[in-house]
Amino acid sequence: MREVKANQIKDKIKELFLRANYHINPDLMNRLTEALKEETSEIEKSVLKMIIENNKIASKEEVPICQDTGLAVVFVEVGQEVHLVDGDFTEAINQGVKEAYQEGYLRKSVVDDPIFERKNTKTNTPAIIYTDIVPGDKIKLLVMPKGFGSENMSAIGMLKPADGPEGIVNFIVETVKKAGPNPCPPTIIGVGIGGTADKAMVIAKKAIARKIGEHNRNEKYAAMEKEVLEKINNLGIGPAGLGGNITCLAVHIDYLPTHIAGLPVAVNVCCHTARHAEGIV
Amino acid sequence: MENIIKISTPLDTKEIINLKAGDFVKITGNIYAARDAAHKRFFELIEKGKKLPIDLKGQIIFYAGPTPAKPGYPCGSIGPTTSYRMDPYTPSLLERGLKGMIGKGFRSKEVIDSMKKNKAIYFAAIGGAAALIAKSVKKSEVVAYKDLGAEAVFRFYVEDFPAIVVIDSVGNNLYETEPLKYRK
Repeated sequence: MREVKANQIKDKIKELFLRANYHINPDLMNRLTEALKEETSEIEKSVLKMIIENNKIASKEEVPICQDTGLAVVFVEVGQEVHLVDGDFTEAINQGVKEAYQEGYLRKSVVDDPIFERKNTKTNTPAIIYTDIVPGDKIKLLVMPKGFGSENMSAIGMLKPADGPEGIVNFIVETVKKAGPNPCPPTIIGVGIGGTADKAMVIAKKAIARKIGEHNRNEKYAAMEKEVLEKINNLGIGPAGLGGNITCLAVHIDYLPTHIAGLPVAVNVCCHTARHAEGIV
Repeated sequence: MENIIKISTPLDTKEIINLKAGDFVKITGNIYAARDAAHKRFFELIEKGKKLPIDLKGQIIFYAGPTPAKPGYPCGSIGPTTSYRMDPYTPSLLERGLKGMIGKGFRSKEVIDSMKKNKAIYFAAIGGAAALIAKSVKKSEVVAYKDLGAEAVFRFYVEDFPAIVVIDSVGNNLYETEPLKYRK
């Protein structure tokens, strides 16, 4: 057993949300720089230059990359040999989010009741927390401040097994086509296939955080990632939707075993900022 | 880089007619930030026949809610939010003299028809370029609905705010025409 104090989790969560909101990940910045070389539209070259310049300013001055500093999504892997002391697990995560958003000049974008009052909680909490229990004595944290311009363009399709790979590819490409300029392209597309309707979307979201340039280890899925990426870029939507070759920076597909009767496909759309940060307690 | 047209607020009709889809502009003057919750309140006032908290004549509304300003900064990071959520409320604002909107993403047919009728422009700012766009904001103040926090109505004094004309006053729409050139 290893003792971990709730405050250690709180401090790490705070640090990670600040980092994710100010500093773009280097793999994404590299991909944007490559995209600038690949883009042929003059309008879009200007757009990509602005995006790259923006990311540099945000990092240098430690200000938010985007004003939508997102809903706080947290993926936690808790080692089963961890013994948490001096506090409550969920409370510690929410306190870390609250401190990051209140002290780090991040926007508070959470409303308490989705329909009637829509009153801002003023803390950007509660966070959306997914917890897995894993072997070991560490706690691994992955935070994703998720903006809703892109989240709103996400979709779930409960396809038929007979729809096969072609049906899946079409569903993903159609989802991106319908979204057009709305989700701040060039996007990162996370796809979850299999499991249940809910689980498919969770793995789709987590897939967004995969390092850009890495493909699914299963070569059939890796080939599908490449095919979908090419088809999305053939749509011509382009950065900011103003017409160009680079609509999507990466497609990340993950999969799970599923029911004999089903083929759930979840598409979680993320903007060109794709903020996430990881740490270990 | 395309030619950049400098414009200032309030917009006059002659200036508006000359702007074409695809023009890069730099905007100087006062603009107002208002998003979902403020639009809902505007709409409710209009339905009740009451006066709006700001005079919209010739003005530009920026669909945006900033992050809190860091000490020493006039404004926090600020970029456009997705515009379609404001569509149900927009024609009635255009009827009351609103001449420009800055946002990102598609607009409804009703909005575009009303823009043509009332001679208005839809500009896109680059989503996610909020730290860069904030550099053009020189002054910021809340002018209505302070209780809404980031969703309050702000008046920004901007200098050379970077935007692109996406839908012009005759309805040319860059989101429709430009992607077709790159579709394979």
